[in-house]
Amino acid sequence: MATSTRAAGLASIGEWRRLRSRNLAARRASRRRRTQERRAGLVLAAPFAILFLLTFLVPLGYAFWTSLFQDRLVGGSVFVGLGSYTKAFKDPLLWSGLLRMVKFGAIQVPLILGLALICALIMDSGVGRLRKVFRVGIFLPYAVPSVVAALMWGYLYGPTFGPFTQVAHAIGVSAPTFLTSAHILPSLANVAMWEYTGYNAIILFAGLRSISPELYEAAALDGAGQFQIAWRIKLPALRPTLLLTLIFAVIGTFQYFAEPQIFTALAPDVITPSFTPNLYAYNLAFTGQQYSYAAAVSFVLGLVVVIASSVVIWASSRERKA
Amino acid sequence: MMASTSRTAAAGRSGARRRRGTGGVAVNIPMILLLCYFFLPLFWLVVSATKTNSQLFSSFGLWFADGFSLPQNLRAVFTQDNGVFLRWLLNTVLYAGVSAIGATVLAACAGYAISRLEFTGRRVYFAVVMGTVMVPTTALTIPTYLVMSKVGLINTPLAVILPSVISPLGLYLMTVFTRDAIPVSLLEAARIDGASEYRIFLRIAAPQLGPGLVTVFLLTLVATWNNYFLPLIMLSDPKWYPITLGLASWNTQAAAGNATQALFSVVITGALVSIIPLIVAFVLLQRYWQSGVTLGAVKD
Repeated sequence: MATSTRAAGLASIGEWRRLRSRNLAARRASRRRRTQERRAGLVLAAPFAILFLLTFLVPLGYAFWTSLFQDRLVGGSVFVGLGSYTKAFKDPLLWSGLLRMVKFGAIQVPLILGLALICALIMDSGVGRLRKVFRVGIFLPYAVPSVVAALMWGYLYGPTFGPFTQVAHAIGVSAPTFLTSAHILPSLANVAMWEYTGYNAIILFAGLRSISPELYEAAALDGAGQFQIAWRIKLPALRPTLLLTLIFAVIGTFQYFAEPQIFTALAPDVITPSFTPNLYAYNLAFTGQQYSYAAAVSFVLGLVVVIASSVVIWASSRERKA
Repeated sequence: MMASTSRTAAAGRSGARRRRGTGGVAVNIPMILLLCYFFLPLFWLVVSATKTNSQLFSSFGLWFADGFSLPQNLRAVFTQDNGVFLRWLLNTVLYAGVSAIGATVLAACAGYAISRLEFTGRRVYFAVVMGTVMVPTTALTIPTYLVMSKVGLINTPLAVILPSVISPLGLYLMTVFTRDAIPVSLLEAARIDGASEYRIFLRIAAPQLGPGLVTVFLLTLVATWNNYFLPLIMLSDPKWYPITLGLASWNTQAAAGNATQALFSVVITGALVSIIPLIVAFVLLQRYWQSGVTLGAVKD
C-alpha cells in the first residue's frame, strides 16, 4: 500500500515534471523559431539593404559632402559650406530650366494623360480583333528606348528629309518648323506623348477593369448611356489611378534628359546646355568639370521633384475632402 | 487569384457589351487614327531601313524607294567601326539581363522578409526605402558617379549594373505580391512541420510569387535596356557602351556630318535592329506585362 501510494505519488510527480519539461521545451522551441525567423528575416533583407546603402544612401551622403567644397584653380578644394546651394538657388540658368520644365509639363502631362484616358476607355468598351491590335499597338512605344524615339522623331521633324517637310514642299506650302525655339516644347511633348501614352493607358485600363460590373448594370437599368457611364462612373472610380499616373508624369517631366540631349544635334541653338535642369547638371559635371556644383544642382532638382509630387498629393487629398 | 477573378468579370462584362453591340464607328475610327499615330514612326523606321543613304534624302520618307537596301544596310551596321554594334547589343543584353535577375532576386528576398518575417527594424527599413521612391533616379546618378569614380568602378559594367539592381518600386511590388499570394497560415503550418525558414521561402513562398517575379523582372529589364542617362555618365569607353549609347554616338557623328561616310542609314537600321528584341518579347509575353505593369499601380 504505502509503496504503491509512494509509487503513484512519484508517478504523478514524474508526470508533472514531464509535463513541465514538455511545456518548457515547447516554449523553448517557439522561442527558437522566433530567433530563427528573426535571423532569416535579417539574412533575406540584408543584400537589398547593403546595395541600397551603397547605391542610394552613400552617394547621397558623399555628394552632399562634396557639394560643401568648391574646386578652385588655385588652392584646390576649399570648404564653402552651403555656398553651392545659395549659388544654385540664385542661378538663373537652373531656374530658367526648371521654369521650362513647368511649361513643358503643362503641355505634356494633360496631353499624355488625356489621350491615355481616351485609349483606356476605348479598350474598356469591348473586345474584338481591332481592340487586341490596339492594346498591343499603343503599348509598343514603351519597348522603344527614349534614345531611339528621339532619333526617329528627330528625323521625322527634320528640315532636310523629314516627310512633313517633303509633304509641305510637294503641296507648295512653307515647311512646318518643329525645331525652332517657339515650337520646340510642343515638338518634344509630342515625342513624350508617343512614348508614354500607351504605358499610362494600360495602367488606367487596369483601373477601369477593377470597377465592379454591377455598377454598370445598375446604371444601364437607370437608362444611362455609354458616355454617361464613362463620365459618371468610370472617371470618378479612376481617381486614385489617375493620381498615381499624374505623380509619375510630374516626376518624369523634371527628369527630362535623353530626348532634348539627342535633339541638341538637330537644334544646337535652341537646346542650350541648360535647357533642362538635368541637362544642366550633366553639362556642369562633364563639360565644365564642376562636380561639386553639379551635385548641388542635382540635390536642388531632387528637392523640387519631391516638393512638386507632394503638392500634387496634397492638392488631390484636399480636393477630395472638400 | 485576384487577377483571374477580375479577368472573368471583365470577360463577362465585355461579353454583355458585345451582345449589345456598342462601339462601331464611334470607337473604331478613333482607334484606327490612334494606331496610325503610334505606328507612324515605326513604319518610317522600317521603310527607311530599306533605303540607301542618298535615297533617304531623295525619296518620300513614308514610302519605299526603288531597290531594297536592307541587307547592305544590315551589313554596314554590323561592320561599322570593326563590328562594335554586336558588342553593344551583347553589352545591353548583359546589363539588362543581370540587372533584371539581380533586381528580382533582391526585391523578392527583401519584400518577403519585410511582409512575412518579424525582424528588428523592418518597419524603419521599409520606411527608409519607400522614402526614396519619389527621389528622381537621375538626381541620384551624378552622386553615384562621384562614389563610383572614388572606388574606381567607372567605365566598368558594374557601374551600370549595381545602381540598376536596386529598385525601391520593385521592393514595394514584392511586398504587395507577398501579402496577396502567401497566407500566414501556410507559413505557420510549414513551421509546425519543422521546415527551416529558408526552406519555407524557397519551396513554399517563391513558387507562389511567380507572377510578381515576372513583373519585377520585366520592369527592370525594360528600364535597363532603354536606359541612357546612367551609362552615358558611367561609361566613356565605346567598347562598354550599351546599344542606346552607341546609337546616340553614331547619330552625333552623322549629324555633325564630318564622318568619312554617310551614317544616317546605318543609324536608322541600327535603331531598327535594337528595338526588335524587346518588341518581340512584348508581343510574346503580353499576358505577363498586361497583368504585371498594372498590378502595383492599381493595388493601393
